[in-house]
Amino acid sequence: MSNLTNEAVLSRIQEKFGEAVRNSEEPYGMLTIEIDAAKAHDLIKWLKADEVLKVTFLTLIGGAHFPNDKGREICVNYHLYSLVNNVRLRVRAFLPIENPTIQSVTDIYVGADWQERESYDFFGIIFEGHPNLTRILNEDDMDYFPMRKEYHLEDATREDKDDRFFGR
Amino acid sequence: MSDTPNNKSLFADETIDGQIATLNLGPTHPATHGIFQNVLTVDGEKILDSVQTVGYIHRAFEKLAERRPYNQITPITDRLNYCSSPINNMGWEMTMEKLIGVQVPKKVDYMRVIIMELARIADHLVCNSVIGVDTGALTGFTYMFQQREAIYELYEEVCGARLTTNIGRIGGFERDFSPTFHVKLKKFLKEFNKHFQEFDDLLLRNRIFMDRTIKAGPISAERALDYGFTGPNLRAAGVDYDVRVMTPYSSYEDFDFDIPVGTQGDTYDRFCVRQEEVRQSLRIIEQAYTNMPEGKHFSPDVPEFYLPPKADVYTKMEALIYHFKIVMGETPVPVGEVYHAVEGGNGELGFHLISDGGRTPYRLQFRRPCFIYYQAYPEMIKGQTISDAVLTLSSLNVIAGELDA
Repeated sequence: MSNLTNEAVLSRIQEKFGEAVRNSEEPYGMLTIEIDAAKAHDLIKWLKADEVLKVTFLTLIGGAHFPNDKGREICVNYHLYSLVNNVRLRVRAFLPIENPTIQSVTDIYVGADWQERESYDFFGIIFEGHPNLTRILNEDDMDYFPMRKEYHLEDATREDKDDRFFGR
Repeated sequence: MSDTPNNKSLFADETIDGQIATLNLGPTHPATHGIFQNVLTVDGEKILDSVQTVGYIHRAFEKLAERRPYNQITPITDRLNYCSSPINNMGWEMTMEKLIGVQVPKKVDYMRVIIMELARIADHLVCNSVIGVDTGALTGFTYMFQQREAIYELYEEVCGARLTTNIGRIGGFERDFSPTFHVKLKKFLKEFNKHFQEFDDLLLRNRIFMDRTIKAGPISAERALDYGFTGPNLRAAGVDYDVRVMTPYSSYEDFDFDIPVGTQGDTYDRFCVRQEEVRQSLRIIEQAYTNMPEGKHFSPDVPEFYLPPKADVYTKMEALIYHFKIVMGETPVPVGEVYHAVEGGNGELGFHLISDGGRTPYRLQFRRPCFIYYQAYPEMIKGQTISDAVLTLSSLNVIAGELDA
């Protein structure tokens, strides 16, 4: 096992992708890189092929919705893992809600297939180049994306419950 | 088949071999052991192609979690992989402990390890004995369910529940192991191996069983990694990835155990890997039980997460305040983002939690190993027979609860 630190990983990625790396942080020890949505596919592909980093395992793809962040409401998280170096990292891209489109990584990892369908199903993220981007857990004729924040679990017209006391 | 005129009119120009049929395996079918559908395109007994439909028991856990205070999310995790609920529960509790930055006492770690390994044994027993059932050997199943019952009785001693356990709390356990638990655990440790060996003898070198399972539903290590396999199914393909070793949690670094790997990634290897893992889990439990440190069974540092005992709530003001704060969800939580993974029964069970400081998670995503590896199923059964497909399904241990979340 090598002693690859988060700084080393980050500097190597920055060397290659420069300006496309918008931001980086380390919440709870996991390197998190924000990348231009257009470059996310390239980064993941490069990470898999890179001789030093060897980030060859896709752990998880997931979406998140931040309605107050104008122009970057939809977030796509890729959790990646380098089995050889035992380094985890999170790559994320932000997309505008009007057009949440990002290139699919199914050509890099077959396992991304269902995970991207799930993110499409719940957040409406369009993965370009996905072989079969249809709903997976919800029914096919659903016409909204339920994990977005505008869809409440409880009846929004209810007045007897005050959200200040009972949370979201 | 004789060439009677009747037969000829039935199969006009085709022979029996050339006929393509569509077959539904599921949604409710004894072979799926859960609710999900496989539409198989078959030529006789041979599978040409298959399409999966999942989501029949989707319960929107990730959305539900966005409205629930943190301590109310543990029961949700029960219902992911319900064959090993305690691992899910503790995975979630450890995620929360990571977020709020609390160090639990060593004793809690060891107690958790005991329960989690018991859960792993229960999970693997179910899976392996069901492989036996699907090959036609029901006997082993009944023997092993007796042992699973013993494990469920142990859960019952700790938390009062059996299947959906909701075991433990953020910060530790609600109570220490009871005297009965100690008696029952000792009995289990003493007797389990004998019964397990019997089961092992029944199947492991059984010629019929071997003929049925070897080369049924194989997958190569490269493809398995590409698909995102983890856990026993990945190890059966020959990759020694185990979260317990790579990123130890709950003091797993203290214990001495081996990671069994297979070579072919077929049903037989998956069976063997699980059998050996049961033995290794037993080793871990023995070590954890003999070296159990002294101390508290909960972390006193997080009273605002750890529900106080009911007797204290009625008599002590502080306990009442904390009880109120927990129940009403008034506890401040740090803003942050955390990913925590544990080695579940089927592989890497991850929790990706984004907290905005509110009383509920802003976003909680479960990495469900089943969901990720089940998509490899069509590839694994292509060109195989239907009976092999059934075996592959049971040896992958696809749990519908975890598949659909």
